[in-house]
Amino acid sequence: MNEFYPLVYTFHFYLFGLVALAAAIVFVTRKSPVAAALWLVVVMTSLAALYVMLDAEFVAVIQVLVYAGAIMVVFLFIVMLLNLGTLSELGEIRGKWGRIAAALVGLALVAELAALSRAAYSLRVTVPARSGPEAIAETGGVIGSIAAPMFRDYLLAFELTSVLLLVAIIGSVVLARKRSEHDAG
Amino acid sequence: MMAPALFQAGAVSQMDPSTGVYLIAAIVKLVVIFTICMVGVAYSTFAERRISAWIQDRHGPNRVGPQGVLQVLADGVKNIMKEETYPNFASKALFILAPGLAFLPAMVAWAVIPFGSPLPTPWGRIDLVVADLPVGFLFTLAVTSIGVYGIVIAGWSSNNKYALLGGLRSSAQMVSYEIAMGMSTVCVLLLAGNVSLGVVVDQQARMGWNVLLLSVAALIFLISAFAETNRLPFDLPEAESELIAGYHAEYSAMKFSMFPMSEYANMITSSAMIVTLFFGGWDIPFTHWDNDAPWTVLKSVLTFGAFATKVMFFVFFYMWIRWTLPRFRYDQLMALGWKVLLPVVLAYIVIVAGAVLALDAAGVARGPAFGAILFGMNVVLLAVLVFALDKGRLVSPSYARLAQDRVARLRAASAQRSIVAGGGGQ
Repeated sequence: MNEFYPLVYTFHFYLFGLVALAAAIVFVTRKSPVAAALWLVVVMTSLAALYVMLDAEFVAVIQVLVYAGAIMVVFLFIVMLLNLGTLSELGEIRGKWGRIAAALVGLALVAELAALSRAAYSLRVTVPARSGPEAIAETGGVIGSIAAPMFRDYLLAFELTSVLLLVAIIGSVVLARKRSEHDAG
Repeated sequence: MMAPALFQAGAVSQMDPSTGVYLIAAIVKLVVIFTICMVGVAYSTFAERRISAWIQDRHGPNRVGPQGVLQVLADGVKNIMKEETYPNFASKALFILAPGLAFLPAMVAWAVIPFGSPLPTPWGRIDLVVADLPVGFLFTLAVTSIGVYGIVIAGWSSNNKYALLGGLRSSAQMVSYEIAMGMSTVCVLLLAGNVSLGVVVDQQARMGWNVLLLSVAALIFLISAFAETNRLPFDLPEAESELIAGYHAEYSAMKFSMFPMSEYANMITSSAMIVTLFFGGWDIPFTHWDNDAPWTVLKSVLTFGAFATKVMFFVFFYMWIRWTLPRFRYDQLMALGWKVLLPVVLAYIVIVAGAVLALDAAGVARGPAFGAILFGMNVVLLAVLVFALDKGRLVSPSYARLAQDRVARLRAASAQRSIVAGGGGQ
């Protein structure tokens, strides 16, 4: 059984990688926002599969639970509520200059990523020296190995992020309130 | 190359995961669980019709076979023979995809639920769970959160305004109640210390069932599970009096049939989750005989029986509620999710975490005594919660008593309206 394992692993890794890439290309080229959102869900679930193969089951589950299961559902809700499914004006932002600007930004991103992957920089986060199931078990399981740094080493940053999100929520509530008062008066 | 943790999680059993027998055992477990679920789905539709008849004092289907037990087969044949229709201008690919997408997650979620004590075989011990993933019940939550896409896509692709409204309602409802549901499992985590459902069952065997230790979390999980499965009183996505049939209004034949099937599959799955998280899983109450080695086949059979009985009770409970309570209004549904369940469960997490911290600091061992103290605390909390909810302000059904000042305000508003209407020349 075990002699086939590397082959099976490699096959599935590239399979999910290809699915993610193909779905991402389809996602950015759809005209209908609903179809685009659904392809993005495919991208997210394929990424989750890749995380599982990289021994990060917790990240994979959170990817599906939060991004595919909650955030994209709300996206779809809004898209469907505004009924953007058949509007053609949406395509208007993709004029000639829009396309050129998008291509330039995309190229810049690719260049930056290439530069980053070649640069000899030092990460300031604790990366475990070893990987694999044994190392994960030593650092507290698939959840503990993420929870421990988050709630010990980076607690302040973590809490600050949650305060930032709270500010965003309060801001949106305030904005929504203001408009409804304006409409009523 | 090392096998990733996903495939090694079964290593607690004595059976070597790399052998062919392990693979065969996994396949057998898959087939058995799938078959039991499918038969369960088919017969819970029948049970619902008979139970609703019993509750409403009528007969229900009793003609096909003895007491109507073959009605399920007749329905299946009928649904397959019916004509498949496609609405004009529907998005056909998505229209076909939606029923499957609604049905699959409910089945996949079964993978992590343990359904009996370990089974000894000549080739080693087999854990009676399809895949004991290290992420445990988070997997179930994630997979069931995908299930909403079936309903949303069905509603959107039908090109029908009622279907679209059903899909919209469903997405808002699922996202709202998922939060309360996820939060209530945090309390279970505080006691079990692990997301693996096997560990959760173990903890309940040692300390007492979580429904006694974490009553408020159990109540909130139960309510959220009703909302997540779109069952009454939360079946607004298909509210027939407002939306014809909601998201599946345009579906016919077997594709229509997939939606009720997914609803029943979801009911069975969430019943299994309720049982495993809060009602001891496969644990037989009042004895420790079933929780300790040596494992025997008899223990496996009896614990599976205990698990199946509990799950069947909750499937019955779903039906019982459906034929007892009226449907919520949409604003009541949202108010219950965001203004009652979420704050209550957040406060409860803080209280339980404080209690666990205090008990650990006081040196109380995690055993029956620990459970008894938590139980005492929960009785008080539950009494306070029920008293607060019973004031009929937040979730008021139409017959609830209103506060005096609210009645006065409503009367004033109604008088205002009639003056305006009268002034308008009606």
